[in-house]
Amino acid sequence: MAQELYPLLIIGGGPAGLTAGIYSCRSGIRTLLVAPIGGGLASSADRVENYPGFPEEISGMDLVQRMKEQAEKFGLEVQYGQVQKVLKEKNYFRVLAEDTFLARAVIVATGAEPSKLGVPGENEFRGRGVSYCATCDGPFFRDKSVVVVGGGDSALQEALYLARMVKDVTIVHRRDHFRAAQYLQEMVKSTENISLKLSFTLSAIKGQEKVKGVVLKHKTTDFEEFLPTDAVFIYVGLRPNSEIVKELVKTDERGGILTDELMRTSQEGIFACGDVRATPLRQIITACSDGAIAAISVYDYLNPEK
Amino acid sequence: MSEIKEISANEFDSEVLSSETPVLVDFWAPWCAPCRMQAPVLEKLAWELGDKLKIVKVNTDENPELAEQYQIFSIPNMLLFNGGKIETQFVGYHSEKEIKAKLNL
Repeated sequence: MAQELYPLLIIGGGPAGLTAGIYSCRSGIRTLLVAPIGGGLASSADRVENYPGFPEEISGMDLVQRMKEQAEKFGLEVQYGQVQKVLKEKNYFRVLAEDTFLARAVIVATGAEPSKLGVPGENEFRGRGVSYCATCDGPFFRDKSVVVVGGGDSALQEALYLARMVKDVTIVHRRDHFRAAQYLQEMVKSTENISLKLSFTLSAIKGQEKVKGVVLKHKTTDFEEFLPTDAVFIYVGLRPNSEIVKELVKTDERGGILTDELMRTSQEGIFACGDVRATPLRQIITACSDGAIAAISVYDYLNPEK
Repeated sequence: MSEIKEISANEFDSEVLSSETPVLVDFWAPWCAPCRMQAPVLEKLAWELGDKLKIVKVNTDENPELAEQYQIFSIPNMLLFNGGKIETQFVGYHSEKEIKAKLNL
């Protein structure tokens, strides 16, 4: 029996992939979405405060779940699996997961994961004081001293969250100013138990069994100091999950897939949206926006003007 | 129906340390979103593997002394016990495939 050829296959079950699914199904394209059980980085957000339409608190997980229900209502087929590779055949693509799927067009919405700092001690003390998730691990450091590394929205947001339960928080950032939203910066400044180490890089994480402290180095003077701490929370950006298509599409030096404004990649028939794309802003709202555009571009690709 | 038993500190000895089959212990807490993402993955694994591997959950909020004893500072945190000893440990959300690789399944 010949294997079924889907008009569209979406890889990834976060906001980008699910929104693409809503739009493609509504425009009548039979669509299969393949994603691991779980639901991406957005799902791990304790509170989403900047997604329009939700003035009350909503957790990332609930928001993504609602997007999934909405997409399934319009007929999105969802298959759980981890995609290993996308291969190009003559005029379709072969998507290798636990099962193999065939599709005429593919939307890559595989998201991104937290970048590592790449310093000695980081891997060694993972789970022993080094963490990438304040909402998960903050409570283990009640009344302890912690360090947060980074200067963006996530870093400051997590520092504020931690400050409510730990003894004190030190934010270490390599620049002399933060990139984060102004109101977050002001909240950080007015929080008594948060102190700042600006223009410092974290060069090593030290400890025995568990984290005992970090080595900080001043950017211009090279002055080094040891700061005792019980935990290091790392928020230094995101790494796009583009490996499964890296032989097929062009990426930037960080692995972000390059697209035009219609979410078309360098490979005809492959589209990308959300955090996996080379994009200046990695937010739920931008992922959704990308997803909608990608679905409409797929429609045009599958239905060329007569 | 859930395949995974939630255990408390006073059952740890009988359910984990004295178990004849290997036991995967998932340290978790309700406020941890990746833990909630991890749960269905473990449920599926438990259902698939049946008697080959026992999987149990420990709520770190309700059993802080166990979390302390096993130095749990990050969750989800999964420990594989075999014959009462820790054989493997992995921290953070892991997909089904990644867990199978870690456990050599």
